[in-house]
Amino acid sequence: MKIVVLVKHVPDAQFDRHLNGAGNTVDRDESILSELDEYALEAALQLAEARGGSKAGNQVIALSMGPSGAVNAVKKALQMGATEGVHVTDDALAGSDAAATSLALAAAVRHLGGVDLVLTGMASTDGETSLVPAQLAERLGLPQVTFASTLEVDGGRLTARRDADTSSETVEAPLPAVVSVTDQINEPRYPNFKGIIAAKRKSITTLSLADIGVDPAQVGFAGSWTSVASAEQRPPRTAGTIITDEGDAGIKLVDFLAAQKLL
Amino acid sequence: MAKVLVFIDNPGASLKKSSLELLTLARSLGGSTVALNGDLSDGVAATLAEYGVGNILRPSAQDLDDFLVAPKAAYVAAAAEASGAGIVLLDNSPEGKEIAARVGIRLNAGVITDVVAVDGDGTAHKSVLAGSYSTACKATTPVSVLTLKANNVIPEPAPAPTTPETATVDVPAVAAAARITAREQKVASGRPDLTDARIVVAGGRGMDGDFGPVEELADALGAAVGASRAATDAGWISHDAQVGQTGKTVSPQLYISAGISGAIQQKAGMQTSQVIVAVNKDAESPVFEIADFGIIGDVFDVLPQAAAEIKKRKG
Repeated sequence: MKIVVLVKHVPDAQFDRHLNGAGNTVDRDESILSELDEYALEAALQLAEARGGSKAGNQVIALSMGPSGAVNAVKKALQMGATEGVHVTDDALAGSDAAATSLALAAAVRHLGGVDLVLTGMASTDGETSLVPAQLAERLGLPQVTFASTLEVDGGRLTARRDADTSSETVEAPLPAVVSVTDQINEPRYPNFKGIIAAKRKSITTLSLADIGVDPAQVGFAGSWTSVASAEQRPPRTAGTIITDEGDAGIKLVDFLAAQKLL
Repeated sequence: MAKVLVFIDNPGASLKKSSLELLTLARSLGGSTVALNGDLSDGVAATLAEYGVGNILRPSAQDLDDFLVAPKAAYVAAAAEASGAGIVLLDNSPEGKEIAARVGIRLNAGVITDVVAVDGDGTAHKSVLAGSYSTACKATTPVSVLTLKANNVIPEPAPAPTTPETATVDVPAVAAAARITAREQKVASGRPDLTDARIVVAGGRGMDGDFGPVEELADALGAAVGASRAATDAGWISHDAQVGQTGKTVSPQLYISAGISGAIQQKAGMQTSQVIVAVNKDAESPVFEIADFGIIGDVFDVLPQAAAEIKKRKG
């Protein structure tokens, strides 16, 4: 099987994150592999391992689009066990919204050729829009299975389960397909020493927009279909009244709710 | 004024509050058309008229629910073209956002999710990076596709009701879509949906396996029940209840956090709530840094006492 996993280099959500520059884009210093993408990578590794791994010709390709630092997300994926890495990078990509991102990623997937499955996380932890997997499927004309909490592949078909608020669904689709997975699907592995050493020998292919046949005018600020006109940092929330329970805190809570007209 | 298309999916016997919010916003932006999927019940037809809807579109195909989103997106895009809409509005559910994503590609239109308000010129307002920034953004394309977060518009019927016309839209064939082969309905809790509830009571590790006090307080307040990831991972409550970065993002009028320390992942899912109340034994919990009203105390004492007091006052 040839599986492409989309991995994104995002600012660590444990720290304060910032927008800056004329286009109000995310400051990408202090970035890491998006936590939610680790579940997609783990799902890909398990599918490949169940089929005899790389020795049996299974490929798990970690694909990232982004500035030079984004190669770190690919490296982490290689350490976890991806067989090869692809980094799409070009100055013209800066400022791409979901539509422009999905355009470039679709071109990269086509460029790789013969892909059976594209796996992604349920959302990035920076933009958090969840738009890219569905847009990628629409652009590639492939079936889309989003928010999968289980995933099985048998022959040329996949079966997945999705949980919605009021129902759980079982879905089936022929391959090739685009699948996004939730954090319920597995427990991602940590890279071990062997994996870290092995990753140093794996190749990372760098692709420019010209390599994947994308016109720079279709991506970046110029090619995006949305723009951020202004961004204001919200004042951080400040602590209000704090009391220690002296046997009547439940009543004081109700007094507070009544005063706020919330009852 | 723009022409606005609102997508409403399987409303059943009556429209949800989030649909009424979409219709109210649509009317403030221009003339509204509804693209409906599913049955048009008498109750829904009456409400659409009351909310000033000009036209109701229905799909030519009956099997949209048998597939994941792709055919619904094809229908909504065709309905947008048929109605000449400049703005397409959908709800902010995961499915609403996915349909919006694909409609955007089909119409060469910019998509903005998590919208809380829209100006007359189509500028949309939303918060990003876990509520740390408020942004104003706009589609640069002739059509924009927006998904509206619940609880940000007050539903209001039109000054005068309309008599909507109904028409059918041909649903274009979709090359490939995943088929839904089985669907299990979950048992309805009778409580409001977490994502559009006005009040949320959420429990965490401090509930120690017993969500009874959280549910009791939620029921006294007419609230939805939420939980931290620690509580859902422990199996104390369904994963559907998870609030946080990898769960649901909520922004209710009141969020009561019980026995949750308030790690950043959890805070990310709730810090745009208007009023935050925290109850926790540990005075050092980070949640107290953002709570409007904090109680250092035992959840098993404070929550039942508050629930009993509310019932007493409500008589």
